[in-house]
Amino acid sequence: MSAATRPFDVDAIRADFPILQRMLDPETPMIYLDGGATSQRPQQVIDAEVAYLTHDHAAVKRGAHRMAGAATDAYEDSRERLAAFLGAPSAQEIVFTKNATEALNLVARSLGDGDTSTPERLRVREGDEILVTEMEHHANLVPWQELARRTGARLRWIPMAEDFTLDLTDLDSLLTERTKVLAFTHQSNVLGTVNPVGRLVEAARAVGALTVLDAAQSAPHMPFDLAALGVDFAALSGHKMLGPTGIGALWGRYELLEAMPPFLTGGSMIETVTMEASTFAEPPARFEAGTPPISQAVGLAAACDYLDALGMEQIAAHEQALTLRAIDGLSGIDGVRIIGPAASPQRTGAVAFGVAGRHPHDVGQVLDSYGIEVRVGHHCAWPLHRRFGLHGTTRASFSVHTTDAEVDALVDGVARTVEFFGALS
Amino acid sequence: MSTHLSALYTELVIEHDKRPLHAGLREPFEAEVHHVNPTCGDEITLRLHLSEDGAERIEDVSYDAVGCAMSRASASIMADLLIGHGVEEVEPVRTHFEQAIGSRGRIEGDEELIGDGVALMGAAKFPARVKCVLMPWKAYQAALVETRALRG
Repeated sequence: MSAATRPFDVDAIRADFPILQRMLDPETPMIYLDGGATSQRPQQVIDAEVAYLTHDHAAVKRGAHRMAGAATDAYEDSRERLAAFLGAPSAQEIVFTKNATEALNLVARSLGDGDTSTPERLRVREGDEILVTEMEHHANLVPWQELARRTGARLRWIPMAEDFTLDLTDLDSLLTERTKVLAFTHQSNVLGTVNPVGRLVEAARAVGALTVLDAAQSAPHMPFDLAALGVDFAALSGHKMLGPTGIGALWGRYELLEAMPPFLTGGSMIETVTMEASTFAEPPARFEAGTPPISQAVGLAAACDYLDALGMEQIAAHEQALTLRAIDGLSGIDGVRIIGPAASPQRTGAVAFGVAGRHPHDVGQVLDSYGIEVRVGHHCAWPLHRRFGLHGTTRASFSVHTTDAEVDALVDGVARTVEFFGALS
Repeated sequence: MSTHLSALYTELVIEHDKRPLHAGLREPFEAEVHHVNPTCGDEITLRLHLSEDGAERIEDVSYDAVGCAMSRASASIMADLLIGHGVEEVEPVRTHFEQAIGSRGRIEGDEELIGDGVALMGAAKFPARVKCVLMPWKAYQAALVETRALRG
């Protein structure tokens, strides 16, 4: 993290995002409120990838030629940049992956793949327990279900309370000496709820469990400091933080990564190879098999530059104000129910809602006709929706470039949607 | 209201969504299938009952559909098109419907064949909605395969 170096001027920010000029049809400008699914990219990120590809591209970490050196420098500099953005003690603790989903799978797969040489703490086996929460995105649920299936470990979960936060009443009985892993999301991708990381980490530490944080939704939207969070692993996606698709990262404490077996195997991740067997490189190389996404890493570093220049404090404050405005406006519409905690600092810019008697697919369709692009469905968090008896919700999510006028257009659009269906029935 | 939107939410679609025909799960039936659209969570449970005489007359299609207006209307329209007809007799209806809905609007939909099904054709221009409309039809097909397998 570093101090902001440019003023938070939404008009100037919008000028950086060429796609925001797009018209959906000759009369309809695009209002992009789906950054929670994937963010748009500023010209600075696009330019960084183009500059790398037009000047420095080659395969990394192989070859003696100068271009290989230039590409390797660009890739490794990007690792340093992301480490600094996250407050990681060392860039060697950053593993580049395809996305947050792959980062979480890496941990879940590796923890089930150890042998007698692996420290007990990093081996999940029959009789062990894995604890998750009921609000997880499928990316931080299904890999743990599969780890439990492969190993015979038991999957347990922290339930949700009626107020859309985690119900920690029974935390002491859910988190036991048998718990090897506590995996949870920093911020719900549906509800906007921010979880009490400090309390959960403290409780997990008390029983010797590892903590895995899904930071895909939080890292782009709030000041993020790994040292202060205290977790053991964190996962994020480049494409949700103004960066490219095809790149994400796992951060893990070095002493843990160093003792973990590999996930994907092949080139680049080995130390020695014979026909019979192989030994593996030190982290992070051990977990980066094959040619990595190089230009995407460069783009992600540029996204870190972009976010830091604006300042994560200012970004959080901007999105918080938009969230309050949206909740306030939407709550005033008859038949609209906010699915998420009431407006509070412990809530960020994902606002999910339901329209009485209307399926979210239909709501999203009508909003799209007004140019308002929102997500509909279960947002890869099916159990969460089931918990509240919902088949889906409509979700607006806000970004650095979102304006008050766009939030007002959303509120107006939802009111018109309610009228539209009201008139038809 | 945009013209696209009125093409999608036609009066017939809204009517079938509000007052779906043949809705509810009934006995007797040979096969029951459960289909889900994993992107939005829409679900349909569908039961199929064919005549016992070898003629494969569709005696009943009963269903419980949870989903958007398009998928619910599609289930209602489909059940009404199928019930009372032979499986082979409705095969051209099913084929034409699937072709038209998958054509991105190039095939209009023949009202002679698919009746109220033409009201669903607005979805053809919205690729994300084609799946909604097709879900009940896929469920029927699966139930038919299962019923035939049961009867050997």
